[in-house]
Amino acid sequence: MPIRLPFRPRRDAYPPDLWTKCPGCAEMLFNKQLDKALRVCPNCSHHFRIPARSRIEQLVDSGSFVERDADLAPVDSLGFVDLKTYPDRLVAAQLTTGLKDAAVWGLATMGGKPVSLCVMDFGFIGGSMGSVVGEKVARAGEASIAERIPLIIVASSGGARMQEGTYSLMQLVKTMSVVERVKAARVPYISIMADPTTGGVFASFAVVGDVNISEPNALIRFAGDRVSASTIGEELPAGYQRAEFWFSHGFVDRIVARARLRDEIIALLGFLFAPAVDAPYESAAAPGFSPRSILSALTGVLSGDGNGETRNGETRNGDTRNGEAAGSRGEAARG
Amino acid sequence: MVDRLLGRSHAPEGQAENPTAAVWAHVQQARNLKRPHTLELLKGMTDEFIELHGDRLFGDDSAIVAGLARIGGRRFVVVGFQKGQDTEENIRRNFGLPHPEGYRKAMRVMDLAERYGMPVLTFVDVQGAFPGAAAEERGIAEAIARSTGMMSRLRTPIVVVITGEGGSGGALGLAVGDVVLALENSIYSVISPEGCSAILWRSSEHSAEAAVAMKVTAAEQCDLGIIDDVIPEPGEGAHTDPAETARRIRDVVIERLDALELMSLDELVEARFQRYRAFGPFTVAEQPAAPPARPSIAGRLRGLISGTLRQSASGREEV
Repeated sequence: MPIRLPFRPRRDAYPPDLWTKCPGCAEMLFNKQLDKALRVCPNCSHHFRIPARSRIEQLVDSGSFVERDADLAPVDSLGFVDLKTYPDRLVAAQLTTGLKDAAVWGLATMGGKPVSLCVMDFGFIGGSMGSVVGEKVARAGEASIAERIPLIIVASSGGARMQEGTYSLMQLVKTMSVVERVKAARVPYISIMADPTTGGVFASFAVVGDVNISEPNALIRFAGDRVSASTIGEELPAGYQRAEFWFSHGFVDRIVARARLRDEIIALLGFLFAPAVDAPYESAAAPGFSPRSILSALTGVLSGDGNGETRNGETRNGDTRNGEAAGSRGEAARG
Repeated sequence: MVDRLLGRSHAPEGQAENPTAAVWAHVQQARNLKRPHTLELLKGMTDEFIELHGDRLFGDDSAIVAGLARIGGRRFVVVGFQKGQDTEENIRRNFGLPHPEGYRKAMRVMDLAERYGMPVLTFVDVQGAFPGAAAEERGIAEAIARSTGMMSRLRTPIVVVITGEGGSGGALGLAVGDVVLALENSIYSVISPEGCSAILWRSSEHSAEAAVAMKVTAAEQCDLGIIDDVIPEPGEGAHTDPAETARRIRDVVIERLDALELMSLDELVEARFQRYRAFGPFTVAEQPAAPPARPSIAGRLRGLISGTLRQSASGREEV
């Protein structure tokens, strides 16, 4: 579970300079070209880690993403100090990523279909899951139940966040208990494991998707090298615990290159959708996804407001109304 | 090697007045080989115990024991981690480090509990799941995730007792319940102090500091609300009087269970969901992390046309 600190230069995040050296083939890559190729090396198809916002942009219908709960921020509940204090680490991570914590969630459309999407950002303290990340995953799941829309989570994480102690461990239960409810509600859940998906994130929501997708060569594992080496002295073979390993052992349905990921998910959504409760699925579409609001979201993006934050107030009201409506539909069906 | 497997350490000793050393002594006490584990505790508290074996998929994990027990006249499904008390037994028990089969066996018997209306009692004492290739390739992560998820929705009361080490996801796989109790000298942490030290301090020499920083002791975890109640240990610790330790656990478990059984199953499961749903403090920040980008001229024109610019401007003020 190697967690890279935000103070060290991050090879895989967007560097300010023009060129990036590919760790896969040592080729010098022109950053603009690399961006165009979705941060995949055109030479050896090494998949670079990408920030949450880039991932969202690559996956959803252009401009359709409306972020929710962008203002959730972590607190230092333990007064945790290692070599630095936890608040120092948080501030540094917030400055480098522009995020409050290591996950972004919101509602969007993919191929015209509404989805609830949560994306983790490895650049924020190794994408580690503390209370905010757990909360966002849980809220994304609860929104997917309320709206009866598919849940899509893109994991990229070193695991549970040590600085929040057992509260981080409890996020495994928090997220799993919501995922259990998503499944009980017959709402599809697609889990995408990007490099890396390890520790407590792999051992909770990431591994139990209705469909598990992974990017090529993504590092996926429960126990880190250091834990293995220090506990049982077992050396692990090369290529071990990569996406292909999990594919051959039956824990990943499909390994999908980044360029195909969006199409692949859209194709899956054509098969997996929440069965209607008492109304046809189409009429259950949220007011937040009426053509008019998609249009206005699009305008927002074109006007330079990429994260859709400013429309939060407006959409939130709309979604709440819809949530209540969905809730009463659910009760009617149960009764 | 054996020391490593048993989590023994030759790290800081002496000066008990030093709070860091005191916490480290507590960690060592939680790992004391002579502490009673699941089978020893069951011996002291059950009228009858029938162990069940195997996960029906691959094999039987000897690091997790499961079965049917009668305690104070009541039927229980009991699941717990089992370390050995000597080297020979430890080898047989894989040093108490479970493979996926252990969690899958647990799920199988917890399903029996749900179907036949028995409460579940789990004993947690594990350094962590087995971190080797065999466990990984058979899906230790999937087994833990599913066990955690299953326990979060199981329609029968669950009482968890942390008796020694509550180590990371490996412990959590059997530690989701309506009531979580802990023996006085036990610890509970998101990662072992050694692992935390290796990652955050980049050396294994700061395990004691890591243990302090993570607030691993039962009393601290109780203050954080992760643990509901601490059960005092007799004498110098549980290992000095396993029978008395078992009696004390039994009394608290029965008392807690009496209270849980007053609830309907729906209420019980909902309360358990809400308990875990609420864990983890966070705050709602006043300011967005990054100031919104200034709209371009083209964007503003488009915005004027559709009238959304006005809306977003007012929205921004509200934030």
